[in-house]
Amino acid sequence: MAIECLVLGAGQEVGKSCVVVSIGGRRIMFDCGMHMGYLDNRRYPDFSRISESGDFNAALTCIVITHFHLDHVGALPYFTEICGYNGPIYMTYPTKALAPLMLEDYRKVMVERRGEEEQFSFDHIVDCMKKVTAIDLKQVIQVDKDLSICAYYAGHVLGAAMIYAKVGDNAMVYTGDYNMTPDRHLGAAQIDRLELDLLITESTYATTIRDSKYAREREFLKAVHKCVDAGGKVLIPTFALGRAQELCLLLDDYWERMNLKVPIYFSAGLTIQANMYYKMLIGWTSQKIKEAYGTRNAFDFKHVCSFDRSLVNAPGPCILFATPGMISGGFSLEVFKQWAPSEKNLVTLPGYCVAGTVGHKLMSGKPTRIDLDKDTCIDVRCQIHQMSFSPHTDAKGIMDLLSFLSPKHVILVHGEKPKMAILKGRIESELGIPCFYPANNEAVSVPAGQTIRVDVTNSFLRNYFNRNFNRSKHQPLCISDTSINHEEISEICSSERLTEGILLMEKNKIAKIVSENDLLHTLDAKEHTVQLAFCCPVKIKNSLQSLDCSLLDLLSREFESKINCCNIQKTFDHLQLKSFQARICLNDLCSYRIEQGPSDCKTETFFCCSWSLSDDNLARKLLGIMREVELDISNIAFLLPDQASEHMEM
Amino acid sequence: MKLTCLSKGSGVHFPPCHMVEFCGLRLLLECPIDLSALNIFSPISAGRQIDLSGFISAEPWYKTAKNLHLCDASLIDVVLISSPAGMLGMPFLTRNPRFSAKIYATEATMRIGRLMMDDIVSMHSEYVMFYGDGERTGFPEWMGWEELGRLALKAKEAVMGEDGEELGCWLPLYSAADVNGCMEKVQPLKYAEEACYNSMLVLKAFSSGLEIGSCNWKINAPRRNFVYLSSSIFESAQAIDFDYRSLQGADIILFSDMSTINNIEEDCSHIGGSKSDVNKDDKDLILGDASIPRPVLAEDDISELLVDNCEILEENDKMSFITSYIIDSVREGGSVLIPIGRLGVALQLLEQISDLLKSLSMEVPIFIISTTAEQTLAFTNAIPEWLCKRRQEKLFCGEPLFGHAELMKEKKLHVFPLLYSSDLLLKWQEPCIVFTLHWTLRLGPASHLLSRWHAVSSCLLILEQGIDAEMALSPFKALSMRVLQCSFLSGIQTHKIFPLLSILQPKLVLFPEDLRPLCTSQNSSSFSLLFYSVNSTLRVPSLQDESKGRLTTDLAFQLQPKRLFSKEMAIARLRGKLVLSKGKYLLLSPKKPINLPSLRMLLWGSVDPARLLIALKEKGIDCSIEKETTVLDDDTHSVRIKVSETAMIETNGTETTICTENGTMAALIHETISSICEGI
Repeated sequence: MAIECLVLGAGQEVGKSCVVVSIGGRRIMFDCGMHMGYLDNRRYPDFSRISESGDFNAALTCIVITHFHLDHVGALPYFTEICGYNGPIYMTYPTKALAPLMLEDYRKVMVERRGEEEQFSFDHIVDCMKKVTAIDLKQVIQVDKDLSICAYYAGHVLGAAMIYAKVGDNAMVYTGDYNMTPDRHLGAAQIDRLELDLLITESTYATTIRDSKYAREREFLKAVHKCVDAGGKVLIPTFALGRAQELCLLLDDYWERMNLKVPIYFSAGLTIQANMYYKMLIGWTSQKIKEAYGTRNAFDFKHVCSFDRSLVNAPGPCILFATPGMISGGFSLEVFKQWAPSEKNLVTLPGYCVAGTVGHKLMSGKPTRIDLDKDTCIDVRCQIHQMSFSPHTDAKGIMDLLSFLSPKHVILVHGEKPKMAILKGRIESELGIPCFYPANNEAVSVPAGQTIRVDVTNSFLRNYFNRNFNRSKHQPLCISDTSINHEEISEICSSERLTEGILLMEKNKIAKIVSENDLLHTLDAKEHTVQLAFCCPVKIKNSLQSLDCSLLDLLSREFESKINCCNIQKTFDHLQLKSFQARICLNDLCSYRIEQGPSDCKTETFFCCSWSLSDDNLARKLLGIMREVELDISNIAFLLPDQASEHMEM
Repeated sequence: MKLTCLSKGSGVHFPPCHMVEFCGLRLLLECPIDLSALNIFSPISAGRQIDLSGFISAEPWYKTAKNLHLCDASLIDVVLISSPAGMLGMPFLTRNPRFSAKIYATEATMRIGRLMMDDIVSMHSEYVMFYGDGERTGFPEWMGWEELGRLALKAKEAVMGEDGEELGCWLPLYSAADVNGCMEKVQPLKYAEEACYNSMLVLKAFSSGLEIGSCNWKINAPRRNFVYLSSSIFESAQAIDFDYRSLQGADIILFSDMSTINNIEEDCSHIGGSKSDVNKDDKDLILGDASIPRPVLAEDDISELLVDNCEILEENDKMSFITSYIIDSVREGGSVLIPIGRLGVALQLLEQISDLLKSLSMEVPIFIISTTAEQTLAFTNAIPEWLCKRRQEKLFCGEPLFGHAELMKEKKLHVFPLLYSSDLLLKWQEPCIVFTLHWTLRLGPASHLLSRWHAVSSCLLILEQGIDAEMALSPFKALSMRVLQCSFLSGIQTHKIFPLLSILQPKLVLFPEDLRPLCTSQNSSSFSLLFYSVNSTLRVPSLQDESKGRLTTDLAFQLQPKRLFSKEMAIARLRGKLVLSKGKYLLLSPKKPINLPSLRMLLWGSVDPARLLIALKEKGIDCSIEKETTVLDDDTHSVRIKVSETAMIETNGTETTICTENGTMAALIHETISSICEGI
């Protein structure tokens, strides 16, 4: 059975993440994002590709949202309220709590500031969130009888999760955005070593390898400090959630240590309210912050106060956190217009800005003018500090995750095409995992393994464990097993423990793995044993008298010297190696004696041998030895009885 | 599978404790301590009015679950903890260097349990300071026979049990370091997280609704799956609801909710000895009949019956009553002491009291005095995952989960670690309302406040049901303070037990002997009942002979199945790698494809000599029957066939011997035999 993966968004680009995966007869949509760079219908994934009739409830089993960023959740109210999807939606507790804030903020920016026609209303957001089931990390959610999903910590933003989905034998992980290094308030991504048929991973930094974060943090603090020392204002456009809290932790801590008094403002209520959420969801932050909150919640910032619009042009230095992060509109743009013309001021930019936003224009070179629209243009004289605190994993992190999970196939999304091509090459050459990076609206199908449900009987298991127990007891093994050569034996001993049994398939019943005894029992039959036997003559030198016991000793010494074995068992009248038994035969009419020409009975003693079929190879070897050897009775003198017995027991 | 009930406990604070043996593993379910036994010690609240006769004036020891000390700690493989109270005895086990089991608890239980243990340790230190940190060697004086003889009958029973066997349960308290050591061994689990022990057991915890973080367990093993059902509450005003749907489909349920035992005993005494029919015939096993059609009620109806909103209303009524009683008392100028150990109940009471005070615009200070109160309160406001729907909604609206943070900010609620601190004295004013978050009246601030207030008739003490108030309060004489003892819901109500079990559809339920009166014939249903009682081992019959397994398709493709015409089945030899993972066997194809022998290694039936001769001749081998013998005694017919000059075959009904020195010839003959005989 194959897993089919239809990329509706974030294929060879960043924005509107949306992947629909068909796995084991279930269809899961991972993320439902919007593209911030477009204002036309390209901003949403092309949902019509999921179902032409538009019956999304029948076409999809469930939706899982990895985190609250708009490029991952932005299209969800549109999809549920306008397109009419009513099925289950899953997201983690923080995502469910914070996503509506992001959506409402975006809606306001679009409608109130840009005067655009709204795509969905506030009520739509509320109604949409009512359909969401909140999940905890590692909680195994049984979506239906066969499909289970489970979220793992992704570290990208608060509540970000990698999603593991499993149907029957087929399993896959969709990473969403993740970060493999811990930051100031979040831990690194964590996942179990899962058996995966497919891994869909982000690849924002497909080719970048980032250095330590501390240097970048220091640089940022230095730039900010220098600016406020000179009386300048610092504008930090951020997403309200996530980076705002991270930078605030950083600044709050720095202010405390340096005893600075310059005010740190949060624009509007949004970020202040966001802090409230962060306080309640502190269990989802990094271990360090989590452990400390018994005494003081790290998100109770000491130096932070809320911002009033009248303060925009107030004299004196200050620091302002404003949304949105890419200065694509809203309050950050408003403040930017005011502050950009002064050289004293500083604007910090996030590591990644979508093309078309002011942030992107500032990043690409240092423009002196920015034409906002045909009426407005902004003089840009302020300093610009770019910080790549981006909580995405770098190329090393992606490779680490892939080699840790070693999935059977990889699909790259959420990245730039040329870089993805390079990463694909690395994944295929270094890890040997087939890799794809489909464009939007392309589908990739990968094969997936399957298993068959069987019952396993106890006696089969007992045989298996006994066999392995004996095997570990009797290392090193002696040769043989009818069909396995030496090389294979050594392999079995070293790593692979193989088991043997019989698969019993009956009509309308689950197939059963049974032992041989079970089979005979079910068939109500008796085993018909096939033995091999041969009465073999052995030449004897210096035959003085018939010393059965000593002859057996001599023979077993002969065996030991010729083949590598050490567990020949000897009793008074026979010796045994595995199923091979040899005893001295004095019966001239022995039925297993096959006369071949004249023999010199005086110098030969017959050993009657028998063995089972499984040891045939061994037995033939031993017979060969017996045929060739000439036992010298006089050697017995050197073999004192007690030594002999010691020797035997080894 | 074997079940030994070590102790049936009593109440929420001392849950039952079991030992389960299965799959070759030993599971200890819960490790509580009996804190009510502390009542035999005299409180150290220094006051002359206190009557200390009949009490032990020494540093208290602590009493573990009844028969736990008889088990060898080193033989335990897994410990499952389902509520914070079930964890309090854990350090006694973990401080044993030979203890090596893995302990599983939900993250929330672990955190709250830890805070409770820390609280006990720090409250206990008051005794240590009072009596001095004596050498801890041997047994304390009060355990001597003479001293024990001086105790009151009730106290003696608390110390020794019925026949002195419980004397071994007493242990000196663990240290803070022991608690740390214990916590390191606990494996915290998220809600419904899948934990694997030894790739044999798959453990999952689902909320039980009893307390924040408390849970029931679903345990899957290759041949068994069972549910460990502890005290559960369908709807709770604080914790997330009892998730019973996730427990469906287990073969065996260990029913360990003994919260209704007291009610049963009362019921029985009402009836006046005439017990129900089932009770008379003293069968240990009530067999269910799977053929009985499913109960008349549809599943939806049953779940309506289970989650009927009554519980929560009743609890709310109770709360309102208590709250108004408290307010009345405060109005009259009396202070109120609320030593309630159930965190959820205490928090709800706190909210209701402060709401009522606010609506009446009364200014009465509320204190929470506990060494771990601050951390506990902070913790409760940061675990939305374990709270009820109503409180989760608060998260999504951006409001604090519990109101106490706001109250603290408004200076209506004061949190102090210790009673005797200068900060507290500055804020202190009476009448006031004091919560202690610990329920025994021997440890912590409760005993001091009691000795201060016990003689004031306007003061009020709120106690939980199940506390022996007479014994607990007898040192504080003469008691004129009012005492309100109230029972809070602490488990599944009796009329819901059987509807619940029928919705869970087990094959077998292990049921406490004490609850046998509940099993009337009317609720005989599709499952069987097996009764267990304290300190006896119950053998649970095996319900499955076969383990579940899976076969990978690439291995399946290598198989060469053969149809057996005599029976409607096909068989194939199989060789692969057997892996046990997550309680299921998986057969993988080996790294190198191993050629299965084309020869049949296992034959059955008999060899027909005539057919053998023909088959050999077809292969161009010259052969003839040399001799036929029939042994009359056992009716075996043996035939000797000479094959060319170098080989010979001897065959009878059950055995064939091939005799030749030539390996290829032997192989050829064997091939021929297996072609005319059934085999694989």
